[in-house]
Amino acid sequence: MISYYAKLGLLSIRQNPVLSALMVAAIATGIGACMTIVNIDYVMSGNPIPHRSSLLYHVQLDSWDPYEAAEEPNEPPDQVTYLDGTALLKAGKARRQVLSYRTGRVIQPDGDGQLPFQVSSRSTSADFFSMFDVPFLYGSAWDKAADDSAAYVVVLGREVNEQLFGGQDPVGRNVVMNGDTYRVTGVLDNWQPTPKFYDVSNQSFGEVEEVYFPLSVSIAEELSSSGNTNCWKPVPETTWQAFLNSECVWMQLWVELHGETERSDYLAYLDAYVESQKAIGRFPRPLNNRLYNVMEWMQNQEVVESDVKVLLGLAVLFLVVCLLNTIGLLLAKIMRRAGDIGLRRALGASRNAVFAQYIVEAGLIGIVGGVAGIGMTMLGLQGIRILYGEFDFIDRLVHLDWIMMSTAIILAIVSALAAALYPTWRACGIHPASQLKSL
Amino acid sequence: MLNMKDVSKIYRTESVETHALREFSFDVDEGEFISVTGPSGSGKTTFLNIAGLLEEFSGGTYELDGCNVTNLNDRERSRLRNEKIGFIFQSFNLIPELDVFDNVDVPLRYRKFSSAERRKRIDRVIDLVGLGSRAHHLPSQLSGGQQQRVAIARALAGEPRFLLADEPTGNLDSQMAESVMELLEDINRNGTTIIMVTHEKNLAKRARRNIFMRDGCVSNNDSALHLAASSA
Repeated sequence: MISYYAKLGLLSIRQNPVLSALMVAAIATGIGACMTIVNIDYVMSGNPIPHRSSLLYHVQLDSWDPYEAAEEPNEPPDQVTYLDGTALLKAGKARRQVLSYRTGRVIQPDGDGQLPFQVSSRSTSADFFSMFDVPFLYGSAWDKAADDSAAYVVVLGREVNEQLFGGQDPVGRNVVMNGDTYRVTGVLDNWQPTPKFYDVSNQSFGEVEEVYFPLSVSIAEELSSSGNTNCWKPVPETTWQAFLNSECVWMQLWVELHGETERSDYLAYLDAYVESQKAIGRFPRPLNNRLYNVMEWMQNQEVVESDVKVLLGLAVLFLVVCLLNTIGLLLAKIMRRAGDIGLRRALGASRNAVFAQYIVEAGLIGIVGGVAGIGMTMLGLQGIRILYGEFDFIDRLVHLDWIMMSTAIILAIVSALAAALYPTWRACGIHPASQLKSL
Repeated sequence: MLNMKDVSKIYRTESVETHALREFSFDVDEGEFISVTGPSGSGKTTFLNIAGLLEEFSGGTYELDGCNVTNLNDRERSRLRNEKIGFIFQSFNLIPELDVFDNVDVPLRYRKFSSAERRKRIDRVIDLVGLGSRAHHLPSQLSGGQQQRVAIARALAGEPRFLLADEPTGNLDSQMAESVMELLEDINRNGTTIIMVTHEKNLAKRARRNIFMRDGCVSNNDSALHLAASSA
């Protein structure tokens, strides 16, 4: 019977093209507005590393000002000091740990006519690549020995490799950065976790860095951070060593822990570490260490702006308004066909059969509305792209994937069915005798 | 096959009660051709609506083909209506966007016959009413008489036990009316019970039995006496 109802539904849509088009337009507009914002929320709040997000923990130590929390009400700082980061990295109490910060470098190509160019770079320890499951196009990451010996090795991003080596395998070749020669160990394949979870303090939705090299090298080269640096007390001298020994937080520390036991053990270790530091006059605040896995950390950092949530609410309300209009239009359409309903009832259609017929018709309108809604969503996203074109990450936020397209269609069908419930219920209540004059 | 005993129907508003049928008792045997006449407001329509299971009644009992319809739910009533009753309306009530074939198909769809069975039945009844060559015409492409034949074919397709016809010739000229009456008489001769409401005495006379209704009751259950009297 479903195919019969679908045939009747298509016939009805053809018979009432204007009314049907208005319903499709109402649903498409509501879906378009709603899905535009839902899509942005979905991309922003998505899990950037779903298969490992529950194993990776961001470390926070409360080394802050005794009189004022790093962030109210009682949040520890988002980053760690060099002293703490390197101490915890060296202790190696987690399965794997990575300490890193964002910096900048200037590459000096050796080809004729190629000018030096600036690249964003990340100074990090070797576990960065394996912990964050970074894909390689060529070669691999450097090893721990390179970290320990401050070897001048580098991993290039795909675009930089295109620029320097025309996309060929450069493993073993040299790259000169700020006058120092680095040996290439690998080239990243396409990789863009969204949000950029490992360093949300420096543009949550920004591009990943173009070049990666050992932390030990950047410390030896006295390369300062190009990301956020926060200090709660002044650095006594302006020397690099004084900065390293300061209470300024500027590095991100991540650890890999499997299971709740490892997590609680590591947290206990952090508490013990802080207690040992208290003994030498550091960490004046009460114990307040935190371990957040990736998604907890995204939530803690409010990666999804509250504006987006407000917009999402407004978009849902707009969809509801569109659906109310659809209800009115469907009601008008169904009431115009009261005679047809009465006749079908007289010829043997039960109330359930009438209900099924009109629900299938509404479902068809929902499918068409959903497809049109995808078009409206694309228009909406294009509008956002134009409006916020100056941000380099906007393209990633306005990308519509298959999941969102399917969601748009399903939402449209569910919306159309929900809108059809009241009119269809009214249709089921039509008294056949009253519609057939006498009989 | 149709037995109504003391059936009543009361329409209630906030301040008024209208008795459309009062202790209405009526039996129909298989194969009968009954005409129902009476002035406007006498309860003919209400009787037919109740007989056709299109309307509930307020009191009494009604058995259709041995089945007491009083406590049936909507699905059971719909099924009984679909299987046992064929309707013929004064204004044909064809679905304008469906062609002849699909109009006749409507009641069969709710019967859930196979496609082959539906096609066989539709072809048979369309041929029976003489519209075999018009199966894929829309109602708007047919004359009034042809449209009523389609409605009769639709009523017959499910092979119902009886037909309820409401002024089946009311919208037709005399020539078309005659051909439709002849068709109904043929159908009756082949064993289908027919109850026909009409205002036209010459058509009512062609039924084997006439009931005359007044004020929601059967005033006279003998066509010969009543029709003769009113002719005089």
